[in-house]
Amino acid sequence: MSETGYLKILKDGVWTQNTGFVVLLGLCPLLATSNSVVNGVGMGLATTLALFISNVAISLSRNLVRPEVRIPVFIMVIACVVTAVELAIRGFLPGLYTALGIFIPLIVTNCCVLGRAESFACKHGMLKSGMDGIATGLGMTLALALLGALRESLGQGTLFSQADLLFGEWGKHLTLHLASDYRGFLLAILPPGAFIGLGCLIAVKNVFDARAQRRIKPAVAIAGPREAGA
Amino acid sequence: MAMRFKTVTSPFVLLDTSVGLVMRRVLYAMLPGIAALAWFFGWGVLVNLVIATIMALAAEAALLAARGKPLALYLGDYSAVVTAWLLAVSLPPLAPWWLTTLGILFAIVVAKHLYGGLGYNPFNPAMVGYVVLLVSFPREMSTWLIPHGIDQAHAMTLLETLQAIFSGVLPARFAPDALTGATSLDILRTKLGLGLTVTEVRNSPVFGIVAGHGWEWAALGFLVGGLWLVYIRAAAWQIPSGMLGGLAVIATVFYLIDPQHYAPPWFHLWSGAAIYGAFFIATDPVTASATPRGRLIYGVGIGILVYIIRAFGGYPDGVAFAVLLMNIAAPTIDLYTRPRVFGERRA
Repeated sequence: MSETGYLKILKDGVWTQNTGFVVLLGLCPLLATSNSVVNGVGMGLATTLALFISNVAISLSRNLVRPEVRIPVFIMVIACVVTAVELAIRGFLPGLYTALGIFIPLIVTNCCVLGRAESFACKHGMLKSGMDGIATGLGMTLALALLGALRESLGQGTLFSQADLLFGEWGKHLTLHLASDYRGFLLAILPPGAFIGLGCLIAVKNVFDARAQRRIKPAVAIAGPREAGA
Repeated sequence: MAMRFKTVTSPFVLLDTSVGLVMRRVLYAMLPGIAALAWFFGWGVLVNLVIATIMALAAEAALLAARGKPLALYLGDYSAVVTAWLLAVSLPPLAPWWLTTLGILFAIVVAKHLYGGLGYNPFNPAMVGYVVLLVSFPREMSTWLIPHGIDQAHAMTLLETLQAIFSGVLPARFAPDALTGATSLDILRTKLGLGLTVTEVRNSPVFGIVAGHGWEWAALGFLVGGLWLVYIRAAAWQIPSGMLGGLAVIATVFYLIDPQHYAPPWFHLWSGAAIYGAFFIATDPVTASATPRGRLIYGVGIGILVYIIRAFGGYPDGVAFAVLLMNIAAPTIDLYTRPRVFGERRA
């Protein structure tokens, strides 16, 4: 494997290989906890923390673990980390803990955590693996926040409601009411809204990428024949 | 000069079965049922049809333009109008204008064009729009007018109806609760839940000769139109007969087991959207099964699901959900019921 630069790791994790929009791993928490921005960001940050610690731990132990038993070892490490994260959230952010419920322990089964361990952390050094964990986690947080914003604004006409769960007392003033007399669009909050919303966001991302591709293409086309001639 | 004959290949007898013609015939076939609904529920039914038609044509035109398709060709096939009418007829007569608009937008934009337009949509667009509204706005979607002729004249003028639909203001000369009421399926569901028997519930004035007062006449209107559609072969006979047959059989079984807790089969057949759904919703050629035996299975499946949702589910009627569920199953049904090609041996 060729050397990977830190910037590329960051760009891959957040955009090119975004777990929510491109790789489509860890869809269960992505769809289930994205009914508001605060829930989404909380879940995303918890996953980021778990990813970072588990990536570093797995990278450090990569030369000690025989390849035959690597998957069970990964899962043990991830389970320990997630349990610690869960206890931390329960201790410091009890409101968020109640709001996210079962989905915090379920980070263990989130495919993107095991996926990064298997495809990146067990082949790279500690620093790069840590960076990869943060980048992937931020990518997931971005997906969760965007989907949460879409569903919350359509579903109940607010943004950042219950921000006090994440930021304490002063978060209560963050809530934005987009329309004064909004009836609410229940579908956006219900599970089908998550699927439809994610589909729309993926479509928007594809449009962005296609535009960027088109901007690059002419340069390649001009360079093509000259390269062939040389 | 050598004689020249034009070489003609089969088929030699051509029927004019363009999409536009079939869709127009569906619209004609809906007229008797719509007339009955308008008689019992007033101007609102017609206003909803107009709003839905305009919105559907606008949404269809916008989406066709965005997708770079020829406007005149696709707007002229009346498929958007059929979707609009199918949805509008299912909505409460005083549904606010934004409710109708939202349903139509979901039907045309999401359920039809995001999947590739007419012929590519796996789900019945009108029913997707209806279910989105039913799930998102339960209060607005269950406010039905009391049908004409139950206890007092509830006739609202056209102006009052327009005011109610566009600004949400009900005419002051009626008491707030005098205009709207539960439908017969609603009442059956609530009262049975309270432990009353079917015979006791039947004494309520919302019940007519066999089913809901007013509703049974609308069902008769849709039955007449639907039978005409089957007669001219615009709709496959297997689907409505399968659906109504399946509903009748399962309703009879439960009625025979316990006639005091399960409504009789004739009530189920004439109530809610059973007949309308059997002839107009389930027969959508795009989303239904396409093989003869498959259509029968598809119809029976819808009938059974409708009964299960009505008797044991969370909603008074279940035609929309049943149709969508069987839409998912249609490709699989087709796969296993593919007719044998002439001469092909059984595997």
